[in-house]
Amino acid sequence: MGDLLTGKKILVMGVANKRSIAWGCAQALEANGATVIYTYQNPRMKKSISKLVSDDQKLIECDVSSDQSLQQAFAIVQARYGKIDGVVHAIAFANKEELAGDIMNTSREGYALAQNISSYSLLAVAKYAQPLLNNPASIVTLTYFGSERAIPNYNVMGVAKAALEANVRYLARDMAKFGVRVNAISAGAVKTLAVTGVKDHGHLLKMSAERTADGKSVTIREIGNAAAFLMSDLATGLVGDIVYVDKGVHLI
Amino acid sequence: MTEKEIFDKIAKIIHERFEVELDKITPELNFTQDLDVDSIDLVEFVLELEDTFGAEIPDEEAEKMTTVADVVAYVKAHQS
Repeated sequence: MGDLLTGKKILVMGVANKRSIAWGCAQALEANGATVIYTYQNPRMKKSISKLVSDDQKLIECDVSSDQSLQQAFAIVQARYGKIDGVVHAIAFANKEELAGDIMNTSREGYALAQNISSYSLLAVAKYAQPLLNNPASIVTLTYFGSERAIPNYNVMGVAKAALEANVRYLARDMAKFGVRVNAISAGAVKTLAVTGVKDHGHLLKMSAERTADGKSVTIREIGNAAAFLMSDLATGLVGDIVYVDKGVHLI
Repeated sequence: MTEKEIFDKIAKIIHERFEVELDKITPELNFTQDLDVDSIDLVEFVLELEDTFGAEIPDEEAEKMTTVADVVAYVKAHQS
């Protein structure tokens, strides 16, 4: 076990199950000495995360579509843990029917929903987390290459990820005065609960694996290890960056 | 793995995941009709099957599997 993050308390938002990228992050953070606290969306997701995390104190409900829920969640974090050193934001959502077919058919409501949960939520999380964050602290979000390229069926989520990445840059400037760094990891395609919402995701995962430099898809632990670095004081020079952790898929 | 071994492993997963008594798990058990499951349960169940048997189960195939016997047959044919 490393001690890169010893003494640091980090909130991980978005663990659904053991395939989650957020779970890879949590494991890597813990392996490097951090105390990890988790948020889950609702009682249904608590059922899933409880299979992984036995300490109920570490599990806090937070629905990022609600300011009230965010406020309550961070109040609980503060009451239980005091100041924290970082937040991993690994949250996104779009209607399944809009992760398929032609993007012209995206509804206004579906477009707004994807933006709200997948992009705006980072701003809201930063706002409510800020009073609890130490100086220095780090916020890391998860994005995907579909923000830059038109990947079949990724559609409305690609647009939301593009907005998320812009949010990272603006947030990074405005959070700097509090000593908070904001960066994103652009992770390679991984079979998670989230990706199963995308039509033909089997094909997407296969294409992605073929485009890696060595033919093997990135693992959630490899993504998590990069998150551990970004959470650490080794990364104080990285501000507003989008770091690819995709085994070279973006090179092609 | 033999069919019996595959069945036993699947039964254990269903028992732990969906809190069904082992003696109630038969090859005819139908996931959506006999169990109180939602879509997230089913996706997680398929992911766990993939991890357990080291076999990939594409969605098109997963959708066709409605009973325990269907899963046993698929794993038998695709085990690595």
